[in-house]
Amino acid sequence: MEVNEKIAIEHGLKKDEYKKICDLLKRTPNLTELGLFSAMWNEHCSYKSSKKYLKNLNIKGKKVIQGPGENAGIVDVGDEDAIVFKIESHNHPSFIEPYQGAATGVGGIMRDVFTMGARPIANLNSIHFGSPQHKKTKNLLRGVVKGIAGYGNCIGVPTIGGQTLFDESYNGNILVNAMTVGLVNKKKIFYSKAAGLNKPVIYVGSKTGRDGIHGSSMASAIFDEKIEEKKPTVQIGDPFTEKLLLEACLELMADNSIIAIQDMGAAGLTSSSVEMASKGKLGIEINLNKVPCREEKMTPYEIMLSESQERMLIVLESGMEEKAKKIFDKWNLDFAVIGKTTNTKNIEIFFDKKKVADIPINYLSENAPLYERKWKKTKLPQKLKFKKEKFKSLKISDCLKKVLSNPNICDKEWVWEQYDHTVMGDTIQKPGGNSGVVRVHGTQKAIAATIDSSATYCYAHPNTGGKQTVCETWRNLISVGANPVAITNCLNFGNPEKEKNMGEFVECVEGISEASKYLDFPVVSGNVSFYNETKDKGIKPTPTIGGIGLIENYKNMITMDFKNQDNIILVIGKTVGHLDQSIFAKDILGEKKGPPPEINLFNEKNIGETVLKLIKEKLIETAHDVSLGGIIVAISKMCIKGNLGVKFNKFKTLINKYEYLFGEDQGRYIVEINKDKLSKVKEILKNNSVHFDELGILKEKDIEVNGELVFKLEDLKKEYKNWLKKYMIS
Amino acid sequence: MKSSVIIFPGSNCDRDMDVALTKFGFKNKMVWHNESGLPKSDLIVLPGGFSYGDYLRCGSIASKSRIIKYVVEFANSGGLVLGICNGFQILTETGLLPGVLQQNKYLNFICKNVYIKINDKKNKYFKNIKKGVLELHIAHNEGNYFCSKDELKLIKDNNQIAVKYCDKDGNENDESNPNGALENIAGIFNINKNILGMMPHPERMIDKYLSGDDGSIFFQNLIGNLK
Repeated sequence: MEVNEKIAIEHGLKKDEYKKICDLLKRTPNLTELGLFSAMWNEHCSYKSSKKYLKNLNIKGKKVIQGPGENAGIVDVGDEDAIVFKIESHNHPSFIEPYQGAATGVGGIMRDVFTMGARPIANLNSIHFGSPQHKKTKNLLRGVVKGIAGYGNCIGVPTIGGQTLFDESYNGNILVNAMTVGLVNKKKIFYSKAAGLNKPVIYVGSKTGRDGIHGSSMASAIFDEKIEEKKPTVQIGDPFTEKLLLEACLELMADNSIIAIQDMGAAGLTSSSVEMASKGKLGIEINLNKVPCREEKMTPYEIMLSESQERMLIVLESGMEEKAKKIFDKWNLDFAVIGKTTNTKNIEIFFDKKKVADIPINYLSENAPLYERKWKKTKLPQKLKFKKEKFKSLKISDCLKKVLSNPNICDKEWVWEQYDHTVMGDTIQKPGGNSGVVRVHGTQKAIAATIDSSATYCYAHPNTGGKQTVCETWRNLISVGANPVAITNCLNFGNPEKEKNMGEFVECVEGISEASKYLDFPVVSGNVSFYNETKDKGIKPTPTIGGIGLIENYKNMITMDFKNQDNIILVIGKTVGHLDQSIFAKDILGEKKGPPPEINLFNEKNIGETVLKLIKEKLIETAHDVSLGGIIVAISKMCIKGNLGVKFNKFKTLINKYEYLFGEDQGRYIVEINKDKLSKVKEILKNNSVHFDELGILKEKDIEVNGELVFKLEDLKKEYKNWLKKYMIS
Repeated sequence: MKSSVIIFPGSNCDRDMDVALTKFGFKNKMVWHNESGLPKSDLIVLPGGFSYGDYLRCGSIASKSRIIKYVVEFANSGGLVLGICNGFQILTETGLLPGVLQQNKYLNFICKNVYIKINDKKNKYFKNIKKGVLELHIAHNEGNYFCSKDELKLIKDNNQIAVKYCDKDGNENDESNPNGALENIAGIFNINKNILGMMPHPERMIDKYLSGDDGSIFFQNLIGNLK
């Protein structure tokens, strides 16, 4: 087939991009070559719209061993240990085929982590769905959860945390973001940079099939009503093979025979070979007849663009082939020498003894187009003034009932009970708390991990929302007693060719960067997912932040369930009663406008560090950050988990009780303190200029406000626990 | 006491089991599925996981693997064989234990703490355990025990029911049955009670920082009974 502009456009390339290809090559590419360009130049692989802004992220820190640009980021956690982690999106495929889309999302991110020599020790995920009333939502939710469970459970890596959220902006584009945390010996880290000439290039893992061809291009396009036709671009996962691949790779990594290793993720063999050669400033030669294929008569084009799962590309030390092959034979996996590194700086592909592609590597990587998209700033909305009458007819109990059963607040046990969260025997805090926590096997240390997003805030004001998401992650780590170490971000946005969406991206990234700098909480890895748009309707801007924290001694970890009657509860941090953009404003007052709550980074840092000090000095027994739904929701959850009630003190505040209880002011924590330690705690808080209010006292059951019974513990549980379960069987 | 844990491709609780056995004093060895023969052992454990991807049927391919021949020989000569979760499924597939493990009643994978009542203490596994109810953890998609009426009668006549799902006070009812298992059965023995298969994972609950500590009771007691 003769390549022309029309075919190039069908491959998702723009007219001028095609012209650039022809100019670079000084000829017309053949179809295979065009395939390579389209795979490497699409948004997903090239970051052509985002690169300029990602440069501004804060990627440096004392503990950073590897920042963005590798398979995953790496941070030092003391001794010989390092943590490898990353988050990635699998949004588009999961909407088309929820089970396989989500499953392969989990598989892909795990490969990114074990490619670097790490054993995965925890998985997390952030999944966003459309309105619960939307006809597709329930099936998508069921399929995605089953897909995540099907893959992660089989591999035997615990899924220790995550979030499941709903918003109508995801009706046509759900989000499935998966994160993996791995543990590696600092001296045994593997990278993707090829080195040395004539080194064997090895293909290991599953055979190549026709699945997922052009998956990354599909992920770089907006959806229309014909989206179902794209099902063949969704990859099919086989967690069993991945488990074997994981064990085989780790076994091979025990010695020094690997020079470089890269998983075949988006754009399969194309991007893995190009990236390894590009990083090593080398050329690469591949003989496609050597590639293990599972279907007959696959063309070079199909082999190069297949996104079949569970495959790796390795540049091996010469002479180590036999030894390596033995390991893969043991695990019943394909092993094939398919090429070698060269000094041509070109990728040369052979098939049936003919050269079918020959392209300078830098044309595919460094010369990929870069765009400076136009973007529009989002103005900070005006603060709303809620009239007193609005609150007059309300009852706290009714409001709490409604808020607790809000799909974005209610208990997600239905979801995480389907994930194996205890395999590997080191999970010391399971899903549903502030952060998931796993021990570093055989040591005193533990790793806390959390994943957060705040699309509502980001939509109202992207800069504040970006900052807020980072702070939320930070707080979730602090709340279990972990020192926040670093973050990974998954930037889910609409169409970057639209000024509004691009503006949301630019300003969210600014916010993330600002907070991450101030908190010394660097971004070490991440992924951008644009074009989350169907028929012109984009999603709310949804940067998802995954955070990692270190607990030096796991015995000092704390949880969020209230512990003992008669203990005192405080809210640490100032409450001004910000209702705009809150769940309360939306659900009770029917108001969606206004600015998100303000982020004060100085306070955030000061308060967080002070809370951490209190935890380390064993002065507080329980902590939970205040987020969606405000103080009363935070306390309700702590009561439910701890099977205790609370008697609130009379409020010493000028704002009304709804603003006080349901306001979503940032930088706050609820803590439980034994009476004997109260004065010491107050002293530390005062010395650090941290504001706090004494909220009340723990009692046997029930929530009491102003001497009035608001809720019985049993009813509270029902409201919180039942919504999702009922929804799924309705 | 010497133990061996068999590793099948796809096993994923093998390390956890090794950690638990070692913690409570077993000298444990890991045995690859393809080996011809078993090391000298007082206990053989088939661990949890997804042997051979659980393709075809859970445990069915593993039941035909090379090592199983030796496990069957060992079991038939009276050796102790413990199968947890996928290991239980493999034991029913080999025919060493009666019945089958079907998909959970509500068709979802379930990972949570459950209570089990010890139904029979006249055996090496549960003799001397003081508690009647243990809190253990389950994590499975196919744990719904089933067998024919005739088989059930035989199982009961021979006192082969090892553990049953119950609530924390020991009451067996539908609410405390997580997967729809027949008569709340969570684990069974062979007639001679040297083979035990059960869905709950004691190896995941071996210190108080985990989901619970009752797994320790199980292992401590087991090694005590073997000495």
